[in-house]
Amino acid sequence: MAREDSHSISLLVNNKPGVLIRISLVFSRRGYNIDSLVVSPAHNRQLSRMSITATGDPATLVLILGQLNKLIDVIHATDHTGDVVVQRELALIKVDCKAERRTEVLQISEHFKCQSIDISDTTLLLEATGNSDKLDALELILEKYGIVEIVRSGKLVMARGASAT
Amino acid sequence: MKAVTRTGAQAIIDGLQQQGVEYIFGYPGGANMPIFDALLDSSLKLILVRHEQGATHMADGYARATGKPGVVLVTSGPGATNAITGIMTAQMDSAPLVVICGQTVVGNLGLDAFQEADVSGISYPVVKHSYLIRNANDTPRIMREAFFLAATGRPGPVLIDMPKDIALAPVTLDSGGEMHLPGYTIPTHGDSDQIATVAQCLHEAKRPLLLVGHGALISDAGKAVRHLAERMQIPVTTTLLGKGGFPETHDLSLGMLGMHGTAYANKAVMNCDLIMSIGSRWDDRIIGKADEFCDGAVKIHIDIDAAEFNKLITMDHCIHGDARLVVEELNTMLQPGDTKAWLGEIAKFKRQFPLSFKKKGGLKAQSVLYELDQLVGGDAVYTTDVGQHQMWAAQFCRTTERNHWITSGGAGTMGFGFPAAIGAQLGFPGKTVIAVVGDGGFQMTMAELPTAVINKLPVKVLIINNSYLGMVRQWQNIFFDNRLSGVEMKGNPDFVKLAEACGAKGFRIKRNADIKRVLQQALDYNDGPCVIDAEVEKEDNVFPMIPSGEPYSSMLLENPRTKLAQPRGST
Repeated sequence: MAREDSHSISLLVNNKPGVLIRISLVFSRRGYNIDSLVVSPAHNRQLSRMSITATGDPATLVLILGQLNKLIDVIHATDHTGDVVVQRELALIKVDCKAERRTEVLQISEHFKCQSIDISDTTLLLEATGNSDKLDALELILEKYGIVEIVRSGKLVMARGASAT
Repeated sequence: MKAVTRTGAQAIIDGLQQQGVEYIFGYPGGANMPIFDALLDSSLKLILVRHEQGATHMADGYARATGKPGVVLVTSGPGATNAITGIMTAQMDSAPLVVICGQTVVGNLGLDAFQEADVSGISYPVVKHSYLIRNANDTPRIMREAFFLAATGRPGPVLIDMPKDIALAPVTLDSGGEMHLPGYTIPTHGDSDQIATVAQCLHEAKRPLLLVGHGALISDAGKAVRHLAERMQIPVTTTLLGKGGFPETHDLSLGMLGMHGTAYANKAVMNCDLIMSIGSRWDDRIIGKADEFCDGAVKIHIDIDAAEFNKLITMDHCIHGDARLVVEELNTMLQPGDTKAWLGEIAKFKRQFPLSFKKKGGLKAQSVLYELDQLVGGDAVYTTDVGQHQMWAAQFCRTTERNHWITSGGAGTMGFGFPAAIGAQLGFPGKTVIAVVGDGGFQMTMAELPTAVINKLPVKVLIINNSYLGMVRQWQNIFFDNRLSGVEMKGNPDFVKLAEACGAKGFRIKRNADIKRVLQQALDYNDGPCVIDAEVEKEDNVFPMIPSGEPYSSMLLENPRTKLAQPRGST
């Protein structure tokens, strides 16, 4: 069985219809599962920035990067796994939280520097940002109270210093 | 002066004219009628086909014969999906095509309108690039980009989906067709330091071998490769698609390697201490068992497509660049080599394991192809389908020139050979063009016989007719205990009468004694296409054979006496 690792890949691509399909086809054809994917317009509005987290064996990833860079609509594709990069993710977490447990949950929320966005009789909606590990830890703790819903943005990556992402 | 307003359809035709296109291989339908209308006002010649798959293979044959992109014009929905097999075939073999598809009006896209299919979507995995035009003003730019992408770098098919209303809309803002391709670069020269390292490796090697692939032909590296081989005295083997990259009549030529390559080429692969691919992608039918392929030999790969590096086997050195430019630079760094001992070994392999077949008994496919090779003496363009006839033709029809061997290699598309020959004949009007096909494959695209007749193309279709799907039968024979399943071609038509019914000439070869006479008659017949039905022995197998996914040491030179285990590779 080949090794399964999680990889952070960033792409700069043309901002056009159909580009996302071409990119996801390269992953799916080689049996790579895309765990998270974030697309947004780049500073130059003709281009988009994609941050993809995907799981699979490292040797296949090298071939995938080759295929991605070959796509006409891809300006460049880079694997940032193991690089020193800034990594952030945002999560919205709706916690099952009646009034009597609110203080307890808010204490946890404060520890993780979350914002409470919405409070109802039975729920508390928190916004958390940070690297993905931190959000995983928060999710684990809040599960004890009951998570009604969670939406995570997917991982954003940017190279540190002067190097390009 | 007030500019004359052109429509999207006219802009497509203008784009084709600007690119110097001679022929369009096409079929009309509701959605591409504006383009067919604009065609009437141009000097482009339409080759009206019988089926869209035929159109793509013709364009492909034309492209591989001339090096210029072949152009296809089909309609939406089924018209375009019929073309997909041909597009995939071109993609697998790096042939430049520009395929223009009519499409329903923009407002109908995604609504399951009549003859609507998401053709650009369907095309994504099998094209170099594809476009859906949503604004008529983009047409001049997209036409230029399409031809540029199709023909440069590693060539391939480019698809343009043209909605009918966009084809009828005016081009109000002509950008002058300026291309915008920020994600596309064309590799040219390789890295000089890497080339110097490779030169060093070549000097140190005692038993070097050159592996010439299609990339060498595309970049026209033949002369440089020949210089390299002769100066360093390095033997040369070619891939199926690399035939013609080095003259197969040359003393240093070993012919084709791999699954059905010559035994002496394969022996050379097993014994070399360095192997350098010039534009070959080391595909699975060449390497057999990846982790045992050329174990211990220095492996070098020159390719224009970096995505091909280290794909199935790991290289010692990769040079990213155009094959011709890289080999030319390499040549400036090389001193004459001394490989006498190695060439002596090779000569021994050639004596011990020649390409051979029994000339006695029934009519052999190999006899027919061998005699054909003798008669045309290298001065013919061959096209083929896929299967036994293809491998025999690759073995016995020696190719000496670039673009004289046109076959469906990567895709292995049945029905490719005959329409590809039509395209090749249009590209090479004065040449003898011979489609070597099987009785199975020919029946997939024989509907194009009238196309060849009305265009008076003297294409020769040589059917190696064993009334079997021979290669599948061969595998069932060797690996499935001869349990034949679905391979007998019962009810084949009388191909001579079929040819005559279409207005073509028909010939038949039944016996060894007929071969030379009938082939000569067919070669001399130039009033239009002819079909030569060679009724060969039904149950012959192609050898040598390395079962797929197996090491070179498993090469079979004749029918094994016992049933073999299922090979580990795929096909």
